[in-house]
Amino acid sequence: MLKKRVAMQDIAAETRLFNSRAVVAILVVCLLFTTILINMYNLQVRSYQDYQIRSEGNRIKVLPLAPNRGLISDRNGILLAENKPVFSLELVPEQIDDIQTTLDSLAELIEISDQQQQEFLQQVRHQRRFNSIALKERLDEQEVAVISVNLHRFPGVTVEARLSRHYPFGDLFTHALGYIGKINTDDLRRLDEQGQLANYAASREIGKLGLERYYETELHGTMGFQEVEVNNRGRVIRVLRSVAASSGKNIKLSLDVGLQLTAQQTLSQHRGAIVAMDPRDGAVLAFYSNPSYDPNLFVHGISSTNYNALLHSPDRPLINRATQGIYPPASTIKPLMALLGLETNTVQPDTRVWDPGYFTLPNSDHRFRDWKRGGHGWVDVYSAVAQSCDIYFYDLGIKLGIDRISDYMRQFGFGERTGIDIHEEASANMPSRGWKRARYNQPWYPGDTVPLSIGQSFWTATPLQLALSTAVLVNKGLLPTPHMAAELSSENSSELVDPGLRPSVNVVDEDNWRVITDTMVQTVATLKGTAHPAFKTADFSSGGKTGTAQVVAIAQDAKYDAKSLDERHRDNAMYIGYAPAENPTVVFAVAVENTGGGSSVAAPIGRQLLDYYFSAGVNANE
Amino acid sequence: MNNSMVHPAQRSGRLAAFHIDLPLLLGLLTLLGFGLVILFSATGQSEAMMKAQIIRLGVALAVMVGIAQVSPQTIRRWAIALFGVGLLMLVAVLLFGYVGKGAQRWLDLGFMKFQPSEIMKLAVPMAVAWFIAADNLPPRIWRLVVGFIMCAVPTLLIAKQPDLGTSLLIAMSGVFVLFLAGMSWRLISVIGVLVSAFAPVMWFFLMHDYQRQRVLTFLNPETDPLGSGYHIIQSKIAIGSGGVDGKGWLQGTQSQLEFLPERHTDFIFAVLSEEFGLIGVILLLAIYFFIIARGLIIASQAQDNFSKLVAGSFTLTFFVYVFVNIGMVSGLLPVVGVPLPLVSYGGTSMVTLMAAFGVLMSVSTHKRMLANV
Repeated sequence: MLKKRVAMQDIAAETRLFNSRAVVAILVVCLLFTTILINMYNLQVRSYQDYQIRSEGNRIKVLPLAPNRGLISDRNGILLAENKPVFSLELVPEQIDDIQTTLDSLAELIEISDQQQQEFLQQVRHQRRFNSIALKERLDEQEVAVISVNLHRFPGVTVEARLSRHYPFGDLFTHALGYIGKINTDDLRRLDEQGQLANYAASREIGKLGLERYYETELHGTMGFQEVEVNNRGRVIRVLRSVAASSGKNIKLSLDVGLQLTAQQTLSQHRGAIVAMDPRDGAVLAFYSNPSYDPNLFVHGISSTNYNALLHSPDRPLINRATQGIYPPASTIKPLMALLGLETNTVQPDTRVWDPGYFTLPNSDHRFRDWKRGGHGWVDVYSAVAQSCDIYFYDLGIKLGIDRISDYMRQFGFGERTGIDIHEEASANMPSRGWKRARYNQPWYPGDTVPLSIGQSFWTATPLQLALSTAVLVNKGLLPTPHMAAELSSENSSELVDPGLRPSVNVVDEDNWRVITDTMVQTVATLKGTAHPAFKTADFSSGGKTGTAQVVAIAQDAKYDAKSLDERHRDNAMYIGYAPAENPTVVFAVAVENTGGGSSVAAPIGRQLLDYYFSAGVNANE
Repeated sequence: MNNSMVHPAQRSGRLAAFHIDLPLLLGLLTLLGFGLVILFSATGQSEAMMKAQIIRLGVALAVMVGIAQVSPQTIRRWAIALFGVGLLMLVAVLLFGYVGKGAQRWLDLGFMKFQPSEIMKLAVPMAVAWFIAADNLPPRIWRLVVGFIMCAVPTLLIAKQPDLGTSLLIAMSGVFVLFLAGMSWRLISVIGVLVSAFAPVMWFFLMHDYQRQRVLTFLNPETDPLGSGYHIIQSKIAIGSGGVDGKGWLQGTQSQLEFLPERHTDFIFAVLSEEFGLIGVILLLAIYFFIIARGLIIASQAQDNFSKLVAGSFTLTFFVYVFVNIGMVSGLLPVVGVPLPLVSYGGTSMVTLMAAFGVLMSVSTHKRMLANV
């Protein structure tokens, strides 16, 4: 009985005890649930914006879309640089059951080298399973056809097309157009400095040389992008938004395919360069350096064999002779020397000089010889230019002095980069007292002035500078800036390239300029004129001047092997000219290395150039 | 008038015959239903996984109903035996266990792999309650000491597997029994101090590197955003970006695009938070709270101490699971591998939990006989 009573009392107390503990427990539960709710409130309400942004950042990726590169055409719209689809064979590993079997079957259809297979398998190991991986790039047409017909047998195998730069005229325009190539670290750094890096996110190639490089910004265009939703492995689930890339501008050049071909054909096997331009606006009509090379080799990365062949060829095809070929201008500058003589009143048009075949400085018995043994006898400015009399100019040069010559010739563009729209350009050299002091730490001697007066010794010029100086002459002092691009056009706008003319040379007496152009016409038209043999049958009027540089091959060519020394020491043939004689529409310069006389080699090339120019009406509509 | 005096168990009518506690059943079914809705989204709408989960649910519900038929007295008689078998199995696991995911937790019985720690989740509180309820409450000191030892032995065995999370939860379920039994507050404070003192010992001598890493990551997940902090960062992004009303069912970008790791198991709460927002969270917590409250009411109305202690301990342990999981997914607690009870995908723990609820139902529905005494 007693024991039961105690137990009964215990039950009541125990229940109270348990219930009090249960109440404590439920309070703790409430407290902790409240903690959870406060935390949830912080995350989902107070920090909502923050997490919302991070969540979007997780799932949304922006894929850049490369713009199509602008096309380049000649003055008549003939494409010189285009974007051609190239096809590559690609496989998506996750869609293929047995990769090796597929590779073997594909190898039965088209040729797939072991190296290609190895590289592919390595890519498979390093890439996501759903990424498309190229097995063979640049399929030819037959390969594309064979694969396409059999494509149904190979799930997960595709033939992918992408645009690739192509230069249909091969080596004809290389030194003008340049080429594009894979973007390298230097390019990336430059793009970064220009703030253009983001715009190249999807681009693989960039202009490396020539116009492709100079007009890179215009040709490249603006990147587009796709906003896509991706999962945690980067697989694209769907496209949310897409902004199309805007193509680069198309560029129409002032170059003419026919004139360019003529230049290439006339230079044939000779090293040299031809530049022709419209003196009225500086539009370049022909721009060719021989030998040239195929720029298409560079687009997909040139093989080291091919590159070494170009680099070590004794003909130096990589050098752009039109703007980097540094030649002594030789007699081609005689008209300008004569002009300076007239303008400074140093000589008159009828001033006559006796040419015994040699020239000596006072107090010296060193004889500077004329190219013609026995001399030309009495010469005035007309015969001096037309027959290219050296003695007349030795005498004139000494009377003018280096300072006046140097200053004046600079105004014609010598010793300066012309500013043509490619970066590969040399300034060549217009010497002066200061230059000689700086270069050789020597004073300028009268003996230096003598050969300078006939465009030899320290005076050098590029073919483009020669053409440009001729333009300044026929423009009566107005200097154009040469340019190959004539028009940049996008889908809905176009702009003409017109750098304009700059007054560069002060005209003292217009008649003097007239006299000089007359002397050049006489060079072509009179019986004794050095260019007469080449032009006597021409059905157009023109002016010109021959030049024969006593060798020194172009400056960069320092190392030649002994066997070719002789050939390399032959004279360079030069010719500058303009046409028609009245209101010229074209000026040009021809430089041919180590082939002999300007009269016998360079002038005939100028003749052929002008023959084509007039017969095809290259510049006729302007 | 007489009808209103009828015992609650009789009012439940037919359900009473099956020893089903209706409020608890409704709470559980609501939770399970809601869980399936979330799981469908969290598995990436996998029908196969849904099917597997529903089958498991069926089994778990059957186990619950089955256990509910057994009277608390019978359960009490078997408690110590279950505890003994569980201990033997834990020893067996350490000796012959099957190693999975770097830890030795599974016992291969030939026809199935089995985690003995699941048995202990039930057996430890039941055995401790059996031992404590053998005398009057509050328990005397020597019973408390023995009770602690009964908790400590399986805890250490499981911690050695190593499965620190489970071992701590099991220890806790035993300690809940002692707490509910009326262990004095002074003793509780002393133990609290001892545990705090023990923490550094645990850090330096008992914890594995990966466990320490988890704690460090918990303290500052952003230090290693792509490594061990990735889980918790992605989880918080999922929760936070859900906002008040969520991104919509099946529309959670973090969940559906698989930025959220373990989305259908341990981190399923983040899927709920992302797709249903704060409203969904409150709803889920309300369901949990209802079940927990019902469990404590059942405990408080139980007619013997063993039943009270077991029911109370099971309920509080259930709450701890909920709290630890949500705390870990939302960045309040370090990442320990505890699933969200009755919602996460997975079998064993669900069956164990439903067995515990079976015990609760048994406690709730077998009172008449005592009441008639």
